[in-house]
Amino acid sequence: MPTLYSLWIVGRNGGLLYSRDFVQLPPIEFNDKLRLASSWFGMCGISAQLSPVPDSSGIQLMQADTFDLHSFHTLTGTTFMLLTEPHTPDAAELLRTTVYELYCDYVLKNPFHEMDQVIKSELFDQNLVERCQAINRRWGVGA
Amino acid sequence: METISAEIFTLTYGSMVRQLIADYEDVEEVNKQLDKMGFSIGQRLIDEFLAKSKTQRCSDFREAAEKVAKVGFRMFLNTTAAVTNWNAEGTECSLILEDNPLTDFVELPEALSQLKYSNLLCGVIRGALEMVNMDVECTFVRDVLQGDDVYEMRLKLLSSSPETYPFKDDD
Repeated sequence: MPTLYSLWIVGRNGGLLYSRDFVQLPPIEFNDKLRLASSWFGMCGISAQLSPVPDSSGIQLMQADTFDLHSFHTLTGTTFMLLTEPHTPDAAELLRTTVYELYCDYVLKNPFHEMDQVIKSELFDQNLVERCQAINRRWGVGA
Repeated sequence: METISAEIFTLTYGSMVRQLIADYEDVEEVNKQLDKMGFSIGQRLIDEFLAKSKTQRCSDFREAAEKVAKVGFRMFLNTTAAVTNWNAEGTECSLILEDNPLTDFVELPEALSQLKYSNLLCGVIRGALEMVNMDVECTFVRDVLQGDDVYEMRLKLLSSSPETYPFKDDD
């Protein structure tokens, strides 16, 4: 059944700024998360170089048999990663509109947020979790 | 998002400029501070601009300038600017603002004739474009408050480098 698993945000330098699970998931150790996030960041950059057409984006979607990884790279260099159940619909769109807009509103507009620093925003957290869990509930997935 | 009355915004900006003048007691320094504050705002605002306008990557500086003038000013100031006076290389242009909501109630006293009252806007543009890897210089060259007939910002592209991983400039 379609499910949103978790959201990760990677900064302009490849550092993990934020991660949040929307359902009960086996925990990943924090240091491993940092390593995975920066590896993904690097791979996205390299993948663009494989393109026969100049100015290509990097990886936008990676599919595995147990999950999809939607990756959205903003023009300002921030990378949003959304892990979902395979073939969860509208995930790419959710990332580009809802999640990006929440990030603009509650992270960037907070005057005390430092650019490219770890995101510690309760408002962002609340709103993000609320939206994503509401979507999960619609698909019959409890928290 | 709820919106607020434009007047509150205009008055808030005015009292902020007034406070800067009181704090720095030097017009040049105030101009510089306004630009700096604008820069920080621009760095954050650009993402909102991209998220809400669904803008795709601009192919060149010309397109970027048009986007700033037509979409950016509309979105954040509810006005638009005309892009004119391109130099031959396409690296410099002027943004002509017909209407500047920041200055609705403002008259400059003589002692402050050198004040670039709306200099914050220059900083915003500089900060926003910096985040999409365009280094620009932006200054007011004509200002209605200083007796000109329009507001004109001169925009100059210094360098634009795609700063994506793998970084190429470390060798």
